[in-house]
Amino acid sequence: MSNKPYYSSITKKIIMSLMGLFLLTFLLVHLTLNSFLLFDKELFNEGAHFMGTNPFIQVFQWVLFAGFAIHIIYGIILQIQNWMSRPTGYKKRAFMEQSPFSKYMIYTGLLIFIFLAIHLTNFFFVKMGWVGNGIPEVGGKEDMGQLVIDLFHNGGYVTLYVVLILLMGFHLDHAFQSAFQTLGLNHKTYWGFIKGLSRVYAIVVTLGFVIIPLILHFK
Amino acid sequence: MTKIDSKIPEGPLANKWTHYKEHQKLVNPPNKSKIDIIVVGTGLAGGAAAASLGEMGFNVKVFCIQDSPRRAHSIAAQGGINAAKNYPNDGDSIYRLFYDTVKGGDYRGREANTYRLAEVSNNIIDQCVAQGVPFAREYGGYLATRSFGGAQVSRTFYARGQTGQQLLLGAYGALSKEIKRGSVELFTRREMVDLVVMKDGRARGIIVRNLFTGEIERYSAHAVLLATGGYGNLYYLSTNAMTSNGSAAWRAYKRGAYFANPCYVQIHPTCIPVHGDYQSKLTLMSESLRNDGRIWVPKKKEDAERIRNKEIRPREIPEEDRDYYLERRYPAFGNLVPRDVASRAAKERCDAGYGVGTGKAVFLDFKDAIARLGKDVIKARYGNLFDMYERIVDDDPYETPMMIYPAIHYVMGGLWVDYELQSNIPGLFVGGEANFSDHGANRLGASALMQGLSDGYFVLPYTMQNYLADQITVGKIPTDSPEFEAAEKEVHERIDKLLSINGTETVDSIHKRLGHIMWDHAGMARTKEGLEEGIKMIQELRQEFWTNVRVPGTKEGINIELEKALRLADFLELGELLARDALHREESAGGHFREEHQTPEGEALRNDKDFMYVAAWEYQGDDKAPKLNKEPLVYENIEVKTRNYKTA
Amino acid sequence: MDLKLKIWRQASPTDKGKFVDYEVHNISSDASFLEMIDILNDELIAKGERPVAFDHDCREGICGMCSMFINGHPHGPEAATTTCQLHMRKFKDGETIVIEPWRAKPFPVIRDLIVDRSAFDLIIQEAGYISASTGGTPDANAIPIKKENADLAMDAAACIGCGACVAACKNASAMLFVSAKVSQFALLPQGKVEAKDRVKKMVAKMDELGFGNCTNTYACEAECPKEISITNIARMNRQFIGAKLG
Repeated sequence: MSNKPYYSSITKKIIMSLMGLFLLTFLLVHLTLNSFLLFDKELFNEGAHFMGTNPFIQVFQWVLFAGFAIHIIYGIILQIQNWMSRPTGYKKRAFMEQSPFSKYMIYTGLLIFIFLAIHLTNFFFVKMGWVGNGIPEVGGKEDMGQLVIDLFHNGGYVTLYVVLILLMGFHLDHAFQSAFQTLGLNHKTYWGFIKGLSRVYAIVVTLGFVIIPLILHFK
Repeated sequence: MTKIDSKIPEGPLANKWTHYKEHQKLVNPPNKSKIDIIVVGTGLAGGAAAASLGEMGFNVKVFCIQDSPRRAHSIAAQGGINAAKNYPNDGDSIYRLFYDTVKGGDYRGREANTYRLAEVSNNIIDQCVAQGVPFAREYGGYLATRSFGGAQVSRTFYARGQTGQQLLLGAYGALSKEIKRGSVELFTRREMVDLVVMKDGRARGIIVRNLFTGEIERYSAHAVLLATGGYGNLYYLSTNAMTSNGSAAWRAYKRGAYFANPCYVQIHPTCIPVHGDYQSKLTLMSESLRNDGRIWVPKKKEDAERIRNKEIRPREIPEEDRDYYLERRYPAFGNLVPRDVASRAAKERCDAGYGVGTGKAVFLDFKDAIARLGKDVIKARYGNLFDMYERIVDDDPYETPMMIYPAIHYVMGGLWVDYELQSNIPGLFVGGEANFSDHGANRLGASALMQGLSDGYFVLPYTMQNYLADQITVGKIPTDSPEFEAAEKEVHERIDKLLSINGTETVDSIHKRLGHIMWDHAGMARTKEGLEEGIKMIQELRQEFWTNVRVPGTKEGINIELEKALRLADFLELGELLARDALHREESAGGHFREEHQTPEGEALRNDKDFMYVAAWEYQGDDKAPKLNKEPLVYENIEVKTRNYKTA
Repeated sequence: MDLKLKIWRQASPTDKGKFVDYEVHNISSDASFLEMIDILNDELIAKGERPVAFDHDCREGICGMCSMFINGHPHGPEAATTTCQLHMRKFKDGETIVIEPWRAKPFPVIRDLIVDRSAFDLIIQEAGYISASTGGTPDANAIPIKKENADLAMDAAACIGCGACVAACKNASAMLFVSAKVSQFALLPQGKVEAKDRVKKMVAKMDELGFGNCTNTYACEAECPKEISITNIARMNRQFIGAKLG
């Protein structure tokens, strides 16, 4: 080994998985906040306001962005290395992956990235005043909820949103248990539980993110 | 007659090895790096020896025929490895292991060697555990043992049904460590095609063929160790791996090394029977199956025929119409008689027309064991083997009896070596199955692994050093001497000749015919007439081979047909020597059964008065009969008896 | 049985190589897959053509020499079976069978279906052993080992080094192979002394040789002829983290 800094495949994977677990936690928070919209727009707006003004969250959002960036950059580096490790492919290759969506992580990942870009354009960038006409205001307060509801009345947008969320679900189904495996947290007595939990997480989060726009659309 | 010196040390049996080690010559550490050693083969004996010699500080070059040292055929041994640890406290001892081995070998092994084997058996287990070999353990965390044929104690250590694999991987690890350290240089996909012997009579190098490039390469050293396994593939079908061959040993023989007891061939009773002419290989089912399985054939010939024609199924034969012939003939040992006895009994029944399957198979039935112990117990004991059987034969052994038949498995014969495992050519050492070994005329189960590792770890590193002590001033051996030139030239000529014949018969088709000749005339039961006829047939086949074989391709690059042709050319000569040895040995002993020499009940009859010796054959030239040298066997510590498995 | 074969033919490491179609007839369903190739080769030799080169040796599923990618699977479609133990009854009469070599950058093709797997040896040479020199070892029963751990070590040690895990993995990762060896020794008290050094060295060598990164697809476990478990990979990850932190 030379003296230049060397990140082994396992080190890179561990970074990927830690960032991934961090993002998984974030998604749960995000979903909880979104679900407020179904019950009470004001509650949602308060939540959004809190997220938009709390100094800790303000700092933390940049950590979150960094997490995304690291996860994506490492994901791409690992994938390029993986492609390079098999210069000639097979003529006929069966589907052998036991974690079926693992095969498409780079593709679902890139689509999630596109989704993230659209998502940020629609909400975060608007809020920051970088695009659009800013957040609608009601009685001097920002009505973030209304912005969301308005967008979800656009059928095309909802379709795109739902499709991309489903793809994210496939990503998550593999991601959750994969992170545990990478961190070495695989033991025969609770491995089945982790895999089950992974699937439950993927389904609950996906359904949650899918149901909210649908309800709002048809409401 | 040449006087054979087996160099057995003086003193009482139990002290011989200690005495040897205390008085042997040593090479001091700085001088060791001036000494080169060639090791051919990376199985248990070769791998262990190369690693140990490397650790000591010698420069070792190790050669293997496969792409990695881990693939040597030692890997396929299933059952276990014997050692006189006496962990179960059942009365085992070094003497008892020694005694059982000599008796199992039908009193045709050298006492001092066999005693040393038993003596170092315990070190082997210690060594392997330290290397991380995952032997089976009891719940208390201590090593488990099991019993095996031919012994009254439980002394066999095992790692599931893959003991050979685990021991080999242990040796491979040790070898890898030395390769990394630089003391051992590894050459893969190389096959030894000749031994180089200098004018002064010492072995100083080898000629190898690079199986990838086809190049002929020369390597020199101060001593050469052959650990190239046995010649069972002479019979074409055997349980040996496809590339296992006798060429290294045969080339050494043609350079003057004695070939000892080639007729002692072990036939294993529990193999999966031959199913077709295209078959390339036989698969062994562990002998342990005989602990619970009952061997039988139908009592009536017509039943056997109906089973062969698939008109009825084996389970439809009523109990009273079944012939449990081992239990009938050997009430005391029943299905657990030694390998040679069980094999011959199966052949006898099949030859008499009672065989099942293709006619060359007998049943091994677990019905009673399943009824007695339950399917789960049988599954726990033999699940892997049953799965393997089902994969190959497509029959479910839980539902219908297995079919088995004997097959060539191991050879006790090999290059003659003295107590130091040195052949009569100074500087040529031979280890493992390749030497004529410590097993006499028959090897007990779980003793092959013991011998390979004993030779490799604990004997050769000492005895080779003793030889090398006065070689430190010799300096590097050049590879451009006339002897190397001549040896390489002969190899080229042999290859050119084979490639130029361009006949009509493939190498395999001639090999199959050789196999049939060997099996029919020098197999489980031999006769004078049969052997004489066999020798003539081998000579004719050899003639045909050299005039009508078809070896396509060129010398350069990979040429698998050429590899096979070179091996077969040697088998065609070795086969004749085997038959000659069998013909001259007018007795039955262990793996050698002459029909003329049997008791009225059909048991083997030794002739201790005339044949208690090692037959060491000496090459005299291609057109001359080999010369027989005799090493008398003297038993000072064991009373020679007739083996008896009828009564306890 | 009659079969159509599509076999990768490549004369040398530098040759471009291509698939060539063959037909074999009257194959017994009891024949092994390699015996079927033997029959094909006999016909090729009779016709004066170059026989198909493939690796094989023990033909009883333990040496790890055989290596063919058959109909999309390493060692063919049957689970827990090496190519040499695969039998023709697992195929349909008239079927087309695609046969390819292992594909991975560290396993270059030498000829036809033969690849160079010495990369595995290099990984083992790095640290895949316990440094116990011959002699001077304590009595085998001096250190009791929990049966459960001895059994798990044996499960890991059952690896035959065939490379099917690399061949199966979409990333050509060698994690299952490396982790099996790391696990075997990590589970035994004798192996603990060098454990940290071992895992770091073996992983570094594996990366250096150009094997891909593990993405937990678990295809390796599904295709391993010896059914080596992916829990070994998790154990190696744990070992690695432990080694890096301390």
